[in-house]
Amino acid sequence: MRLRTLTALAGALTLSLVTGCAAGEGTGASANTVTYWLWDANQLPAYQACAKGFEKENPGLKVKITQLGWSDYWTKLTAGFIAGTQPDVFTDHIQKFGQFADLKVLESLDDLGIKESAYQPGLAANWIGQDGHRYGTPKDWDTVALFYNQKMAKAAGLTAERLNSLSWNPEDGGTFEKAIAHLTVDKNGRRGDEPGFDRHNVKVYGLAGNGGGYGDGQTQWSMFTASAGWNYTDKARWGTKYQYDSKTFQSVITWYFGLAKKGYLAPLSDYNIQSNQANTQVASGKAAAAFDGAWMISTYHGFKGRDIRTALTPVGPTGRRATMMNGLADSITKGARNKEGARKWVAYLASDKCQRVVGTYGVVFPATPAGTKAATAAYEKQGIDVTAFTEPVADKKDFLTFSYPITNYAADVTALMTPRMEDIYGNGAPVSSLDQTNSQINRILSQ
Amino acid sequence: MTVASSSPPSPLPLRGAEGVTPRAGTRKARERGDGALAAVFIAPALLGFLVFLLWPTLRGIYLSFTRFNLLTPPEWVGLDNYDRLVHDPLFWDSLKVTVEYVVINIGVQTVSALAIAVLLQRLTQSAVLRGIVLTPYLMSNVVAGLVWLWILDNQLGIGNEILQSLGFDRIPFLADETWAIPTIALINVWRHVGYTALLLFAGLQAIPNDVYEAARVDGASEWRMFWRITMPLLRPVLAVVLIMTVIGSFQVFDTVAVTTAGGPANATNVLQYYIYGSAFGRFQFGYASAMSVALLVVLTAITVIQYRITRAGRTDLG
Repeated sequence: MRLRTLTALAGALTLSLVTGCAAGEGTGASANTVTYWLWDANQLPAYQACAKGFEKENPGLKVKITQLGWSDYWTKLTAGFIAGTQPDVFTDHIQKFGQFADLKVLESLDDLGIKESAYQPGLAANWIGQDGHRYGTPKDWDTVALFYNQKMAKAAGLTAERLNSLSWNPEDGGTFEKAIAHLTVDKNGRRGDEPGFDRHNVKVYGLAGNGGGYGDGQTQWSMFTASAGWNYTDKARWGTKYQYDSKTFQSVITWYFGLAKKGYLAPLSDYNIQSNQANTQVASGKAAAAFDGAWMISTYHGFKGRDIRTALTPVGPTGRRATMMNGLADSITKGARNKEGARKWVAYLASDKCQRVVGTYGVVFPATPAGTKAATAAYEKQGIDVTAFTEPVADKKDFLTFSYPITNYAADVTALMTPRMEDIYGNGAPVSSLDQTNSQINRILSQ
Repeated sequence: MTVASSSPPSPLPLRGAEGVTPRAGTRKARERGDGALAAVFIAPALLGFLVFLLWPTLRGIYLSFTRFNLLTPPEWVGLDNYDRLVHDPLFWDSLKVTVEYVVINIGVQTVSALAIAVLLQRLTQSAVLRGIVLTPYLMSNVVAGLVWLWILDNQLGIGNEILQSLGFDRIPFLADETWAIPTIALINVWRHVGYTALLLFAGLQAIPNDVYEAARVDGASEWRMFWRITMPLLRPVLAVVLIMTVIGSFQVFDTVAVTTAGGPANATNVLQYYIYGSAFGRFQFGYASAMSVALLVVLTAITVIQYRITRAGRTDLG
């Protein structure tokens, strides 16, 4: 009797171990539910409102939205693809698109009839794979501008007009470097362009550091490399050769990271992706300005006691200003449980109706012109001037907008470029070391 | 009570099978019963071992001979991954970084833990002190890493504020090539030293007090007793603790992931982090498996060598 009881107990424990392993599905998927993932907590209320409209139009269908932080998001998505617990629809990033296309985990969206002209220029075309099929529907866009501390700029005698008319070049840095130097203040109160400036004891850096910039330099060096006439790859999309070995690129990188040596740009050792990104440096008053993306508008304007304004990226040697224009998309996973519902939801997300609703929340620029207009109005209502972000999209004569590099093996490129750029920025490694990294990358791409 | 005292222990119980001494028969029957019970008790652990250890190990070894991205079937590539591993400077670099970490981490941790354990044994009996020593161990590695990251931040950390207020230069503890690995190693020492000390303290408790008394009668100093009594008699425990902590130390991952993410410029790209990045970042599960097998071989070799050198299986206690 005793033995039998113990046997039963141990058996139950074993069984619970086995069943416990299989019990953790928890995606909330069902025939009536569409599961949807996004990473930006600021955008969650906007998409919840959008989902409400969708559910009203599609009685019986429910959207279950899950929000996860940026790093957890991709780890969990990867694990989901492997374990079969992926969402039906997820917010996709162009940087990951190449890899997902390689892995064939995305559903073709050709039949949704997405018209490129319905969205801001360039956004829809980026989501067409090398096989000619569409794998994402345009959702939003962002550009990069210079956020600056108005009080510090005023103290330096730099007006908004002046900051919006800066130009740069890789030889002497132009008026942009002069402005950044003037915004820099050392421990003794001397500005970066004044005699006796102590670059080793800087109190306020003119420009915040945002890391080495991986292989894309979105908020670090890409506005300079592009306005100098350089492109990441040999083709705008699905290029087969990277061009980090270009002399133009290397000269810009030498100048840009050289700002750290001069004491105007915060050194790499001050940056940490967890504890001290560029926005934290501006918030804490350790930096006067920072290049950052439109997705950070609410964050910068939320800093207590800081009057943060924005300025356009400077004019480069090509005579034009440049900014990366990145757009997110919604993608359906190949393993989606509710593909029919997912298609309906994605079509709705890509519609003017949903994007206008999202726009009214003033947290992101939706991809359709009407959505963008709604967002601009919402920002204005909050007292935030977003011209520095919208002008590059509206004015194609003076502005050059470009996309993230879209190629295969994007993760390998990032893995190889991250330590290389950090070595140049943090350890003063020669830019010519990029030649070897570029060869390595191109060897991988030619596989 | 009455029954027990009135029944003399009988060597010849009357129950038993024919031709077999009744006692042996009883034992055998009991053994049969115990065997079944033991099997049932072992089953959960055995199942866990098979499912979570043996099978993944075997599958990992198999995958190390394949090209595998997890989502399409593995493709057999023979020794290609091992060939790449031998010629991959990043692998050797990450192995070097890992060894540097282990040497600092285990060196400082073992010496400090030993000192704490001896002090706990020889100077105080306070359970509160023992509890305090163990406190950092109650924190998860990730939390400990994040807390120290904030304390040591070059620009905003309170640690650097204190350094500066004392007249020293700020130190980019986790953002400088030279400082990053020692800093991570010491963060983990801070977290694990109490636990290691407690293990050693338990080992010290097993040393009979009369040995110390005899030594004291002979006029031996504390220092001499430590080297002549404590260390030799603690050796088997110390050896096991070393083997365990070295294996754990080689597997450092979480602290690196939350503090430096392998940077700056691969300065903290320890082997486990490189394996993780190759597998879950670059989807190169075949190559990541080959590196894991290499780590398994390294750890096995180190464990065997440690076991032999320290004679962990034998004690000097008469």
